[in-house]
Amino acid sequence: MTGDADVIDALVGITPRSSLDAIRARRPEARAHAQATYRALFAPHAVGNIGLHERFAIAAFTAGLHEATAIATIYVERLVETGASAELKEAIDAAVTEARTRGPYGRYPIGPLSREDSPGPVYRVGPVIRRALGRRLAAAFEHVHMLVFHPRDAAAVALQALVDAGWSTTDIVTLSQIVAFLSFQIRVIAGLRVLAAHPAPPTDTT
Amino acid sequence: MTGPTAFTRAELDWLPWLEPLAVDALTERHMASLVDVARAKSPYFRLLARDPDTLEARTRTDKDIFYNTDGGLPRAERELAATATSRFNGCLYCASVHARHAATYSKREADVQHLLDAGVTADLGERWNAIVAASVALTATPSAFGPEHVERLRQSGLDDLAIADVIHAAAFFNWANRLMLSLGEPTVAPASG
Repeated sequence: MTGDADVIDALVGITPRSSLDAIRARRPEARAHAQATYRALFAPHAVGNIGLHERFAIAAFTAGLHEATAIATIYVERLVETGASAELKEAIDAAVTEARTRGPYGRYPIGPLSREDSPGPVYRVGPVIRRALGRRLAAAFEHVHMLVFHPRDAAAVALQALVDAGWSTTDIVTLSQIVAFLSFQIRVIAGLRVLAAHPAPPTDTT
Repeated sequence: MTGPTAFTRAELDWLPWLEPLAVDALTERHMASLVDVARAKSPYFRLLARDPDTLEARTRTDKDIFYNTDGGLPRAERELAATATSRFNGCLYCASVHARHAATYSKREADVQHLLDAGVTADLGERWNAIVAASVALTATPSAFGPEHVERLRQSGLDDLAIADVIHAAAFFNWANRLMLSLGEPTVAPASG
């Protein structure tokens, strides 16, 4: 992905004057600001405490957990452009393989919803991958897995684990936005791809 | 102070687990990122304002998906998709807000309540069932959304812009649910008056 090309258009394969181009043009603010969110998270005016390599690593892991291969590839390419090591790239792949499951699952507050509890795995980064990721990214990946697959298990204690690994309050907001935005971007792309591949039958004009 | 233990259309409060910006610490940039000045009262938006560029773009995306009435899916059914997504992910707070909106715009309070009580397999009539099923399939990780969902929505009378609205509404609540669930928790609001 080069320059400021619209990521969703590019990954759905939307070309000018196609029917999906016209549909997206009817929601111009959503189209422009989905892209503006991408810029805010991945080409920010100030990177603050979260390095670009961390942002792309988190995005690549998030997309990998969604089995969204083409999207994951974009973020891995951007990660490599930041000068990230081959070791980090391999660690992300290994983490995706180790952490992948199906969601959403999780527990509810004790009460009538308890009958809907569906417990599932809590991801802890393995020792070899942890060494390659470092303490900060390892803590982030454990949090990302919860956000992707079992967000209703979220608890204040999970945020403390991030704080302990060096994530500030503002960093945690941005980390959460990266994962939450990717959860949106991946689904818009997945949904619009299906729609693009199955256009409405031509209207009968007789 | 207690949290809700069931999905509800009642008004809930939301308490952050991290420190929002203080009201008197909000700069012009922070205020602009809130888009609506009234949001300065909300601890949720003052927490997200720590990353103002992202918050502003998020909010403008949200407003166009849900409030742009240039054709497409009726407002009530965009709120239905938001409610179904929140019900499936388990976000009691988001579900409460958007179930209220869905009930208000559709005037189908009983059906909306049935979705909250029985969950995403509740029978709400074919058109609503199709919208809920499409939202749920797209919310699954990895996505289970396929041509059969598009076809069922078309059979229910949705044109492609309306189907794109279902996709965007469900996708957006996968964004919103994850922030609401992981940065704080809902509490039962004290009775007013």
